Amino acid sequence: MTLPLFFFYIFSAICIASALMVIASRNPVHSVLFLILAFVNAAGIFMLAGAEFLALILIVVYVGAVAVLFLFVVMMLDVDFAELGKGMLQYMPIAIVVGIIFGLELLMVAGSWFITPEVAGGSVLPIDAGVENTRALGQVIYTRYVYLFEAAGIVLLVAMIGAIVLTLRHKPGVRRQDIATQVGRRPKDAVEVVKVESGKGI
Amino acid sequence: MTSDLTDIFALAPAYPELALVIGAVLLLMIGVFQKNNHFMTINGLAIGLMGAVLVLLLFAPSDGVLFNGGFVQDEFSRFMKVLVLIGSIGALLVSVSAAEEHALNKFEYPVLVLLATLGMMMMISANDLISLYVALELQSLSLYVVAALKRDSARATEAGLKYFVLGALSSGMLLYGASMVYGFTGQTELGAITEAIALGEPSIGLIFGLVFLLAGLAFKISAVPFHMWTPDVYEGAPTPVTAFFAAAPKVAAMALFVRLTYGTFAPISTDWQQIVIFISILSMVLAAFAAIGQNNVKRLIAYSSIGHVGFALVGLSAGSQAGVQGVAIYMAVYLAMTIGLFACILSLKSDKGYIEQISDMKGLAQSRPFIAVIIAVMMFSLIGLPPLAGFFAKWQVFLAAVEARLYWLAVIGVLASAVSAFYYLRIVRTMYFDEPENNFAAAPMELTVVMGLAGLFVITYVFTFGGPIARMAEIAAASLH
Amino acid sequence: MQAFLFQVIVLAPLLGALVAGLLGRSIGHRPAEIITSSLLVLAGLCSWIVFLGILFAGGGAEHGAEAAGHGEEAAHAAFALAESTKVTLFSWVHVGDLSLDWMIRVDTLTGVMLVVVTTVSALVHIYSIGYMHEDPHRARFFAYLSLFTFAMLMLVTADNFLQLFFGWEGVGLASYLLIGFWYKKPSANAAAMKAFIVNRVGDFGFALGIFGAFMMLGSINFDEAFAQVSHMEGVTIDFLWGQWDAMTVICLLLFLGAMGKSAQFLLHTWLPDAMEGPTPVSALIHAATMVTAGVFMVARLSPMFEASEVALTVVIYVGAITAFFAATVGLVQNDIKRVIAYSTCSQLGYMFVALGLGAYSAGIFHLFTHAFFKALLFLGAGSVIHAMHHEQDMRKMGGLRTKIPLTYAMMMIGTLALTGVGIPGTPIGFAGFFSKDAIIESAAGAHTAAGDFAFWMLVIAAVFTSFYSWRLVHLTFHGKTRASRETYSHAHESPNVMMIPLYVLAAGAVLSGVLFHEVFFANAEHVTAFFRNAIVVDEHVIEEAHHVALWVKWSPAIAMIIGFLVAWQFYIRRPDLPKALAAEHSGLYQFLLNKWYFDELYDFIFVRPAKWLGRALWRGFDDWLIDGIIVGGLAARVKDVTDRVVRLQSGYLYHYAFAMLIGVAALITWAIATGGLL
Repeated sequence: MTLPLFFFYIFSAICIASALMVIASRNPVHSVLFLILAFVNAAGIFMLAGAEFLALILIVVYVGAVAVLFLFVVMMLDVDFAELGKGMLQYMPIAIVVGIIFGLELLMVAGSWFITPEVAGGSVLPIDAGVENTRALGQVIYTRYVYLFEAAGIVLLVAMIGAIVLTLRHKPGVRRQDIATQVGRRPKDAVEVVKVESGKGI
Repeated sequence: MTSDLTDIFALAPAYPELALVIGAVLLLMIGVFQKNNHFMTINGLAIGLMGAVLVLLLFAPSDGVLFNGGFVQDEFSRFMKVLVLIGSIGALLVSVSAAEEHALNKFEYPVLVLLATLGMMMMISANDLISLYVALELQSLSLYVVAALKRDSARATEAGLKYFVLGALSSGMLLYGASMVYGFTGQTELGAITEAIALGEPSIGLIFGLVFLLAGLAFKISAVPFHMWTPDVYEGAPTPVTAFFAAAPKVAAMALFVRLTYGTFAPISTDWQQIVIFISILSMVLAAFAAIGQNNVKRLIAYSSIGHVGFALVGLSAGSQAGVQGVAIYMAVYLAMTIGLFACILSLKSDKGYIEQISDMKGLAQSRPFIAVIIAVMMFSLIGLPPLAGFFAKWQVFLAAVEARLYWLAVIGVLASAVSAFYYLRIVRTMYFDEPENNFAAAPMELTVVMGLAGLFVITYVFTFGGPIARMAEIAAASLH
Repeated sequence: MQAFLFQVIVLAPLLGALVAGLLGRSIGHRPAEIITSSLLVLAGLCSWIVFLGILFAGGGAEHGAEAAGHGEEAAHAAFALAESTKVTLFSWVHVGDLSLDWMIRVDTLTGVMLVVVTTVSALVHIYSIGYMHEDPHRARFFAYLSLFTFAMLMLVTADNFLQLFFGWEGVGLASYLLIGFWYKKPSANAAAMKAFIVNRVGDFGFALGIFGAFMMLGSINFDEAFAQVSHMEGVTIDFLWGQWDAMTVICLLLFLGAMGKSAQFLLHTWLPDAMEGPTPVSALIHAATMVTAGVFMVARLSPMFEASEVALTVVIYVGAITAFFAATVGLVQNDIKRVIAYSTCSQLGYMFVALGLGAYSAGIFHLFTHAFFKALLFLGAGSVIHAMHHEQDMRKMGGLRTKIPLTYAMMMIGTLALTGVGIPGTPIGFAGFFSKDAIIESAAGAHTAAGDFAFWMLVIAAVFTSFYSWRLVHLTFHGKTRASRETYSHAHESPNVMMIPLYVLAAGAVLSGVLFHEVFFANAEHVTAFFRNAIVVDEHVIEEAHHVALWVKWSPAIAMIIGFLVAWQFYIRRPDLPKALAAEHSGLYQFLLNKWYFDELYDFIFVRPAKWLGRALWRGFDDWLIDGIIVGGLAARVKDVTDRVVRLQSGYLYHYAFAMLIGVAALITWAIATGGLL
């Protein structure tokens, strides 16, 4: 029991620390790398909780795709983050006050949790030990949570429409390859046999 | 693990949403596979589709909880959905003539409006923290895109981006709140959360979660201090889009706000009442004073809408059924006034293009008396002068507040509305008492119709619509418990 | 039959307003004028039928017969009215435990008001045909006039607070539109805005009062609410910072509304400015009808006011101070309409004193007579202005007696009625003589500190009233003319369409006092029988008033004579005297001429801070936090900060997001603190 607990705290600590570094580091590339580290540690926590499917998806999707995409964007756009970040100092005093208030209130929340642990109820869907993760997800996603699943699908559809409508530009006069036209082309479309009388041009 | 999908008839409560999804996808297909731009056709079809859904909602009502508690259809959600649909139809109608000038004449625009409307209806019907969030995101994402749809305009793009970033922040807050609520109750379904709360003493973590949830929603209804995006986005977005933003999404978010507070968190009503009172006062007072300094019509309307949200929240802060009824009535009246006002603004096109500044309306009464009269009526109604609709809406919410012994809240509300009279009257004065500077073209037919209907609604409210709306709102409010 | 009559009275003006307003352009000006005027005359005739019916049914039958002599429709007056007759027009609001119908409630009080409103309105409509004949927007003007009349009728026939409020705001709106009718005049615009905004202050109190009444009395229906008043003794209410007697708070709040509408002291500043509107409007709205709405409201709610001694005392003091204050200002004004406006203000003060004393019938009596002679004075002044080509400054008039003799005669009658000429102890006198004396005697008969204060204030005000009235007559009609030769030679009598309303009003100014003295004040039993619980009639108060000392009864007459003599001395015998006096006491003169500096005071206390606050909040909250440019502007004064802040304008999103976070933190702290969880 102590070993998982030990790992939990390790993962959590690294996760929080790297999340902090995402904001704090001066170099944007470092920020993205710290973000990846945070993701990986979160995946570790998922793994400890027995949600191995989620853990791996997190790594595949977020680390593998999203974060790498971020990295490209950050490296391609020449944004001077240091310049942007200067303004933050201006508001540091208020920010610290707000942060302290939040912190204190969160402590109170944590305190109330320990004092009355019974408020935290049990899970809605207890995990059946005999079924592996992927199968269990599959069982509820298309039945119990079909509504949410479909709704999420529509959200993605909107995202797709949005991406297209905001960025796609039809430029007139651009030549594109059209295989069907190429294949369907007959000699008579392209070649004209002309009888030329000698001594005269066309 | 059962699914509702096996029985098509059991899905009756969700027919309106299903119709919208299928219709939206079909319209998208038509748009994509047509060679030319068929904006007008798609727009007309979208209006027709929403009209059909409206008829379906009104004349073939079917209530129930679906999808294992994720979706609920009751009188309250029906009332609000009808409002949302009217708002969306109105927004598409008023954008017909102005679409080209505002670079909105793409078939994606009506499709996105349809999808946003779908998201709003799902929000209104959300009965689970997860479905609430997904619906909210569907609505928000569509709105972000619509705001930036005029992509060659720096102002519109800026508006869209600002809205997106801040919207993401508010979604984060909402999610954080939802996770806290889940953590302290162990439930995501709203009904189950109510039961869990009723069992024990309200814990500080729950309040924490509630505040974050409400903060996320307050952003959507643009209540102070989460209103900062509103003036910028209203000003930057194309005017037809602003018309859409100001009407339907507010109603949907307000419906969700009411369902969460008055419905779900009823056992700890004293706690959320304090929060609602707080943001209500801030909204009323800040909007009343900030609007005085505005010269841009859309910024002015933005502050006005912030103020009206504050007034509507006065009703909610009473925490009573009469108060919720007041909120429902208020949103109905607000919707009619907003659509009518935007129809007026969109019909004011001079040689220099569509109007932007209040000073552009100088002497309007002489060149376009009908439009001027409608705007004046809307202004007087927005102030809350009897016998116009706005008065009865305010009357209802203030009465609820007084009944709940929140006298000083009612006092502040009345004071704020008195201050707000100042800037509304300024518009009336500009239209009637200044020398005309611009020549305005005649208003298109559909805008005249919308203006006429809105004017009729506001003027004859007390004799015609007032009674039925009040009754329906009463039934709607009663269905939340 | 009765129900039909009532509906005609209330809805005819509405019909007129709709026809003139919506179809005015297509049917032309003349038909619009004729339609609205004839509908109003019809409403007026119906009102007299109703009023005579009330008169015959109760009160002095013999006086009724006399009245019938000059009333036209005596034959129809055979039906009797119950205490109050109610006609439901349609169901209005049904929400929660609030259920309201739109009812026309007619009792004696309403009957009196109906007669006043429709008669004056009909005459003003007819008069306006002549007065406004050069205006290109006449149809709109008549539509507004009729709309106003409708709203006023809604107000006086109200059966519940909401309908009262409805009419109350309606007349406010119509007044706004009419004052600003000549919208090309900037002063008219400013006056319209001022009237609207000052009235909002009163309306704010009024709305709070209605809320309070609904909360404490459980109903906004008058009869149901009044029935609850008796249970309210000792009941307290939380308001602002402490516990107060419920009825006192409610009545004072309601009275605040009355103060705004009836231009009482502190909220009076809009009325003189409202004279920027066309003169017929001044006669109708700012003399005879709308400004008396406050008086009407207090009388209508008399059962509630009776429950609060404190509120009534406040009413007395406010009324007495207004009567005195407005009269002093009236002494030195030079604009003919402003003199009459301050006079109106002052006379309204008289009415409120009567209400505060519990002599409601005397207050209503004065309202009734005042409507005739003040409308007469205004329309007469309009005739003078018309003759002088829109010159309103009395310093540029004089000697008009020979030029416009008929107008002069009418103005004389109005002045005699206003100053209250009559012989005490006999039923000989003009209208004002009876009603004003009734109020002054009631004040003396009260034998309280407030009553004595009011008595002296009113008597002094009567001296002033007499002085400024005669001053007006002398300056305008007597002596040598000070007008330019051209204007003077072109001065001409107004057409008949303007003069006939003056004759009718003159008849009212002469007769309304002597004819109705009996049922309003002279005979306590008849008063009770006449009003039949429409308002509270305290026979004791009336009896006390009848038994005051002889010198008290003579005091108004003496005051009137003193005022007349001084005016004669000043403006006929020694016309150089006023100037010398003004120069000698220039401080006092300026103080009065500038209306006690109230406008300046309000500008300083309210208008400027409000503007400043608006700007500060807009600048401060929106722009400072958001718009970096203004941050630069603000910081221009603080040079060091500026440079850094302007350079650090990274974008606005930071600030927005930051504001949201601060908001959340504040909300959580607030929720935890108020939720008792801290």
